[in-house]
Amino acid sequence: MRYGYAGTILRIDLDSGAIQKQPLPEALADKFIGGRGFVAKTLFDELLPDIQPFDPENRFIMATGPLSGHLLPASGKTHFGAKSPANGGYADSNMGGHFGPQLKYAGYDMLILTGRASAPSLIVIEDASVQIRSAEAYWGQGAIVAETQLKRDLGDDYQILTIGPAGEKLVRYACISHDFGRQAGRTGIGAVLGSKLVKAIAIKGTGSLPVHDVEAAYRAGKEAYAKVTQKPGFKEWVPEGTAGITDFINEVGVFPTRNFQSSYSEHHKAINGKAILKELKITDKGCYGCPTPCGKYGHAKTKSGEAFVEGPEFETIALFGGNCLLPTISDVAYANYLCDELGVDTISAGVVISWAIECYEKGILGREEIGREIAFGELETVEYLLAKIAAREGIGHLLAEGVKAAAEKTGQGSDRFAIHVKGLEWSGYECRNSPSMMLAYMTADIGAHHARAWVVGHDLAGSWSDVNEMIASAGEGPRELPEAVVKPECADYVIESQHVRPLFDALGICRLQFMELGFEPENYEKLFHCITGQKRTWEELLAVSERIWTLTRAISLKEVPGFGRAWDFPPERFSTEPITSGPNKGRLLSREKLERLLDWYYRARGWDAEGRPTRETYARMGLADEAHVLSAMGLCRPEAG
Amino acid sequence: MELRVIHERCSGCGTCRLTCALENFREVNPAKALLRIRGRFPAPGDYRIDLCDQCGECAEICPVEAITQLNGAYRVDTEACINCMVCVDACPKGVVMTPHQDEEPAICTACGACAAICPREAIITAPSHTLQKEAG
Repeated sequence: MRYGYAGTILRIDLDSGAIQKQPLPEALADKFIGGRGFVAKTLFDELLPDIQPFDPENRFIMATGPLSGHLLPASGKTHFGAKSPANGGYADSNMGGHFGPQLKYAGYDMLILTGRASAPSLIVIEDASVQIRSAEAYWGQGAIVAETQLKRDLGDDYQILTIGPAGEKLVRYACISHDFGRQAGRTGIGAVLGSKLVKAIAIKGTGSLPVHDVEAAYRAGKEAYAKVTQKPGFKEWVPEGTAGITDFINEVGVFPTRNFQSSYSEHHKAINGKAILKELKITDKGCYGCPTPCGKYGHAKTKSGEAFVEGPEFETIALFGGNCLLPTISDVAYANYLCDELGVDTISAGVVISWAIECYEKGILGREEIGREIAFGELETVEYLLAKIAAREGIGHLLAEGVKAAAEKTGQGSDRFAIHVKGLEWSGYECRNSPSMMLAYMTADIGAHHARAWVVGHDLAGSWSDVNEMIASAGEGPRELPEAVVKPECADYVIESQHVRPLFDALGICRLQFMELGFEPENYEKLFHCITGQKRTWEELLAVSERIWTLTRAISLKEVPGFGRAWDFPPERFSTEPITSGPNKGRLLSREKLERLLDWYYRARGWDAEGRPTRETYARMGLADEAHVLSAMGLCRPEAG
Repeated sequence: MELRVIHERCSGCGTCRLTCALENFREVNPAKALLRIRGRFPAPGDYRIDLCDQCGECAEICPVEAITQLNGAYRVDTEACINCMVCVDACPKGVVMTPHQDEEPAICTACGACAAICPREAIITAPSHTLQKEAG
């Protein structure tokens, strides 16, 4: 028995219906901890370059960590992984809610799906019982409609994840939905489930998790809640959740606006956290074990209709409120609801739609191709395009492929303002005066995602405490900001940060209490020891996170022909078009500066000039076996000289 | 110890259930908890906390008088209980639980561990007159 973990990996082959339960390998847990680490190691070992993301041979992986489901703040994270529908390389996506803990109580640390079902299917797991049932009755339903129906059919004590119509239609940014508003949104993980003809997974677990020292773990858990709720910032964070940073992000000029033409939105007060409290909110909605619920569940009324919806959280506000210029929080919430029900990621959808509108304004896409007039600031535009995308009808077929593929197909220079890295649409921070954050987006392993390293603060203030003060002081209007300095320390800070948040993705818990509230590392060391029985220092845990980071890079190198430096650049807009308004008006980051940032980053990581970890780097990370595989493929060389 | 709930404060995190199982059974297993949280989604979009309010209907209906009140909480006498589960069906809140599956049921011990840890103060302990004022 391995303390902390459930102890079993569950494999379901949808081709044959075979169900396999394997003991969790000790070496896997030792070397990769859990969650994201389990996903990465499995993908490295089991994928092959000629497998396409929607082939039956692709893996759909769901993994928890050793701390998931235990008594500590926010132990409800679930990590998903597959060969990426966004780019064919490494993909993962995680969500909160209550699903991961149930998987563990049912007895499993990780679930791996292979193959493709012969008809729409539903996987029902109740402890040792694993069944593949027909999902004909739910196929075609909205993600939340299906969850509601499944709760009725199976029982309220099941935790359920579903895909919407977009996942069924293999939209490349389809998400997984759970708990009426939590999503694993990024990289099109919902489309991988759709490609396997799985509409939903339902889990009920009634088992106990093994704990090294239950008395000490219980005591440490209780202490952790007491400490977190006493943290400065706790009372400030909870009322508005992530939406609370909207004013600050806008005032410092990093708020995506009008397809990233600008970084400042005049109407931010109509779409901020306070607007949610005033216009939408019914209840705070927390993930498992979370003392600081980001979820603000509410009811939106718009000209297009009414909806119950969780959110919008900051990213959705940024991409639909800023980037598509929806004028009110109710409009943003309604767009959020449509995405949730159709089963698409609000970030990617917001970027794809803003790109389409700019194409229309520039005459690159015409009324005939689109099917109607479309415009920034118009909920009807968003509603129309989302429906087309989810159904892959007309213009939707082009847009469902993601902004990179859509721009490549459309041509006429539209790739210059297709805002993505590695085929993954850019999330809610504009970075032309934020070189560290720009580098974080360029080098994030899945593509342009903020949650690998949130380093906006480094460019603005240089440290976390200062940033928190800045957030607290938002509301004073646009700041006068100096031009951020492009320097080697940008790379150092990005690298350091890229090991911190992803460590939480390996532990199977949320990083918010650590990152946003400053809950100290020693608390996690203590909890890890009481629960698992292993003494690991924070630095040792971070070293595992660095190993995982190196491995995710290796996966993309192995799976994507020609992957490397060229894949690490943002769209041309950021180095050739100055920001059009706001505090950072006129700023851009030249190609030469971007090249320099990458040089510093690669060097500090021990990667060659093409962005490939060297043989020595793999060895230093304890990945010598993986280096052999890569060497045989001509993808790993010793350090030059 | 008397416990009261303020449904509107609950965010559905379930920390109370995990704590209940640890306090009463020393197990990391919320399926054994002696209270429930019901999310009512998508509409009306809120949570309800189902917690024993010491109404005593379980004790009244028990055919072998195995349930009695002790220090303000109803307890099941495991020797006397015949596992008929009549009390489970009779509980108006559905919180006479079966943590040991087909063996004797269990009822909230009013230990207050749930209230002590709830980060939302959605379950509280206090003298009755204060409670009524706050919960009202």
